[in-house]
Amino acid sequence: MKDFILPDADYGTPAARAKETVTLNIDGYDVTVPAGTSIMRAAMEAGISIPKLCATDSVDAFGSCRLCLVEIDGRAGTPASCTTPVAPGIRVHTQSEAVQTIRRGVMELYASDHPVPGLTDAANGDSELQSMAARVGLREIRYQPVAQHVRQYGADGTSNPDWKPIDDSNPYFSYDPSKCIVCSLCVRACDEVQGTFALTIEGRGFDSRMSAGMADDNYLSSDCVSCGACVQVCPTGSLQEKSIAQMGLPDRSVITTCAYCGVGCNFKAEMRGDELVRMVPYKHGPANRGHSCVKGRFAYGYATHRDRILKPMIRENFSDPWKEVSWDEALGFAATRMKDIITRHGQKSVGVVTSSRCTNEESYLVQKLTRAVFMNNNTDTCARVCHSPTGYGLGQTFGTSAGTQDFDSVEHCDVALVIGANPAAAHPVFASRLKKRLRGGAKLIVVDPRRSETMEGPHYEASHHLALRPGTNVIILSALAHVIVTEKLYDEAFIRTRCDWDEFQDYAEFITDPRHSPEATEALTGVPAAEVRGAARLYATGGNAAIYYGLGVTEHSQGSTAVIGIANLAMMTGNIGRAGVGVNPLRGQNNVQGSCDMGSFPHELPGYRHVKNPEVRAIYEKAWGVEIDPEPGLRINNMLDAAIDGSFKALYCQGEDILQSDPDSQHTAAGLAAMELVIVHDLFLNETANYAHVFFPGSTFLEKDGTFTNAERRINMVRQVMAPKQGYADWEVTQLLANAMGANWTYTHPSQIMDEIAMTTPSFAGVTYEKLDRLGSIQWPCNDSAPEGTPMMHIDGFVRGKGKFIRTEYVATDERTGPRYPLLLTTGRVLSQYNVGAQTRRTENVVWYDEDILEMHPHDAENRGIRDGELVRLASRSGETSLRVWVTDKVSPGVVFTTFHHPGIMANVVTTDYSDWATNCPEYKVTAVQVSPSNGPSEWQETYERHSEQSRRILPAAE
Amino acid sequence: MSPEKMIRMANQIAMFFETKPHAEGVNGVAAHINDFWEPRMRRQLLDHLATGGEGLRPLVLEGADLIRKPKAA
Ligand code: SF4
Ligand code: SF4
Ligand code: FES
Repeated sequence: MKDFILPDADYGTPAARAKETVTLNIDGYDVTVPAGTSIMRAAMEAGISIPKLCATDSVDAFGSCRLCLVEIDGRAGTPASCTTPVAPGIRVHTQSEAVQTIRRGVMELYASDHPVPGLTDAANGDSELQSMAARVGLREIRYQPVAQHVRQYGADGTSNPDWKPIDDSNPYFSYDPSKCIVCSLCVRACDEVQGTFALTIEGRGFDSRMSAGMADDNYLSSDCVSCGACVQVCPTGSLQEKSIAQMGLPDRSVITTCAYCGVGCNFKAEMRGDELVRMVPYKHGPANRGHSCVKGRFAYGYATHRDRILKPMIRENFSDPWKEVSWDEALGFAATRMKDIITRHGQKSVGVVTSSRCTNEESYLVQKLTRAVFMNNNTDTCARVCHSPTGYGLGQTFGTSAGTQDFDSVEHCDVALVIGANPAAAHPVFASRLKKRLRGGAKLIVVDPRRSETMEGPHYEASHHLALRPGTNVIILSALAHVIVTEKLYDEAFIRTRCDWDEFQDYAEFITDPRHSPEATEALTGVPAAEVRGAARLYATGGNAAIYYGLGVTEHSQGSTAVIGIANLAMMTGNIGRAGVGVNPLRGQNNVQGSCDMGSFPHELPGYRHVKNPEVRAIYEKAWGVEIDPEPGLRINNMLDAAIDGSFKALYCQGEDILQSDPDSQHTAAGLAAMELVIVHDLFLNETANYAHVFFPGSTFLEKDGTFTNAERRINMVRQVMAPKQGYADWEVTQLLANAMGANWTYTHPSQIMDEIAMTTPSFAGVTYEKLDRLGSIQWPCNDSAPEGTPMMHIDGFVRGKGKFIRTEYVATDERTGPRYPLLLTTGRVLSQYNVGAQTRRTENVVWYDEDILEMHPHDAENRGIRDGELVRLASRSGETSLRVWVTDKVSPGVVFTTFHHPGIMANVVTTDYSDWATNCPEYKVTAVQVSPSNGPSEWQETYERHSEQSRRILPAAE
Repeated sequence: MSPEKMIRMANQIAMFFETKPHAEGVNGVAAHINDFWEPRMRRQLLDHLATGGEGLRPLVLEGADLIRKPKAA
């Protein structure tokens, strides 16, 4: 049987990497494959699929089920095709009489012990066991069951002690031990793909079965992180999504992109009618290669959560209850007020904020709204509060505001330097790929005040952990550079050809000064000098070295300086421009990269071109038929300041909850309260909506077409799988608002918006939806010289020409500890929750994390008489809140850590309005605080709770 | 924006550029402010500079003339 191969067919074993090829003959067809390929895979490449149960192409073959046997001319016996590699000239027969008999026998044994799913079984139609039984022509079962664990009752009706009930503890999938055939695929997937090692095969022989964690664990209490890899590979339906049991099997699937983090995993949304049955990671997704995390795979229930608002609403004042109205009325109300404010307070009194959760097309339209309809540059995005320093720092040194590599690059890296990032929680699929490489022998250096989940794991551990005091990143980066320069570990040839040698001389003179040495700075950073020296030597001499960094670098008063320091390190060691190296910012949200690319910042038009440049303005003036303001506009924090000063009056806020996610909540609240018109466009009544006058219900990523750009600069398709529940996709709402204010926009599909982006932005010149459909995704720049996009940047030269070394003097933040606030608070994320939690809190993910927790070192706790699990009061000079404490040595003495996923806790009440010098990115990562025992919510929490209840009232629509 | 906040922001920029050769530093501070500060913010800074610029670091004071004056609103 030679057949057309479906694009996501299972090849049975992973692809071999060898360059040499081998030609063999399978069932009469000559096949040429890389050496080391299994016979099973070679057959599949020729379109011949060999029956199998214990093999899949995401994990190494194990050879236990004996279903894949073949015959080879001149060889005795029937080797398993999954574990037997190809050899030149051999002739393989996959369908001889002999192997067919054996296969039928194997299936008969399985089926006698594990009833093949019947009509009413949830696994019916979703079980490899079932399809294999059909394929081998199983017609009769002659044996009595041998295994003891399969049936609840023995033949005599007494209960069977070996039988185990279904494990339903995970909210999204169930595990039925009686269906397990012990193929160990799930165990291998957990080990090799996810890297968690949570599953084992327990027991022996006929009594064995898979078990999560230790004997008395269930899935939930084990180390399982609910990535879904085991469910994906299970051939029997023993592990299965609960949604299949509830809804039945899907009948169609659509390829789309996860709307959570910046990894940008591709999924197949499996649908039945317009109901989403399950999300399955797409094996050709270049970012995830078939893997997923709990958020993208399972946490989509928010899309149909009852809290979702589906009708537009308006109100005179934010103290009034909401009134549900028609789209026309809401748009008319918003447009009239907006125009009136512009007339009374001037063109610059209004602005927009978009979210990095929105598509490129939506972000583009929102900045166009302010530039072409409001006629100012007051546009910002939540990327302001996370990666704006990346834009500045990499723009200055390399010439582009983006990461240099793709995620595949990690497979070639020898040393990973992870700074201020915890991918295991925030970028889980990337973390799995990194861990795989670390288990394969690459070395890891972690710079983080906290002993995060990324630092150590099964079969790897960081070679160096630089547990610095929060706020001393720049010192550590300089100390690393000092060691590399003074010990002459730098790559002179690279610097001479790719950078400016004189600039390097100047930088070297600066960094050689003994004040930057690890010994001189040990007292400030708290990191032993020997550790810093060891890390520097490893980074400079350990082979391909790649830097991965996150918000722990950017969200500081010297965030931009730290990004420059990172770029300096990569340039001086020549770790730029090939696979396995580079500088990789890990983006928090799905479209941080895209929203920056789309001109959402107030000083630049799409493609990072400053509004002061007349040639750039001319492009848009021609395209849009308006005059563009040459002055930079206000950033989010500047808008809030201006609102308090009385010169900023109206804000259109799409998809972003600035009240919960921006620092110093009381200041944000005061700014919002001072505005005359706040339009919130979101799925839920978020915290910002408590101060809003107009609410436009938003659509989810399942309800619209568009694109997201991930941390690799990869433009991924988002595809509509169901109609928007509230009537309009978000880009349509923005267009309706623009048109209600007199613009004459006529887009009928997001592809037309992309065409306009391509027409006006050189780095997107070659992007079209048609090409995205054809290629699956495109990494910008995509233009005439790179028609299919650019996986890796700066290969032969930097975008700006020569790489630029810049001095990085340390300036201590003004936020200092003292007697009143002696501890340093730093913030972060957990795996199961996402950002402000608006989505993940409305899913079953709350079983893992249902409140924000404060981590505190045992010494600090003891000094304060605080016990594990108690409620504590966390106070800074900005405000205070109460939350529960976890006493742990994951944090160093003097440092406390929490997350910002829950509005009831509102960690940002305590963060300050200090910010990065270059970009105003807030300093979330350093706040001086005090912690003391507490007996209830803080005053702010109580007042805020009352205010929230008050402002969330909705009057039923007038009939 | 409060005067203290404005002064702190301007000084933060100055501190970064203090590691550059002097002339480049003076130009750098002014250019950065011209590129990223909205006219209202520049006006507030220029007003403060006009009355002596108390609390501002020398690089900001020296670059005062290079900071672009916003058009009258
Ligand atoms: S649970 Fe499924 S994948 Fe795991 S060993 Fe059993 S049959 Fe195999
Ligand atoms: S949250 Fe991130 S890692 Fe998880 S599935 Fe979505 S894109 Fe992938
Ligand atoms: S698939 Fe080869 S032995 Fe199971």
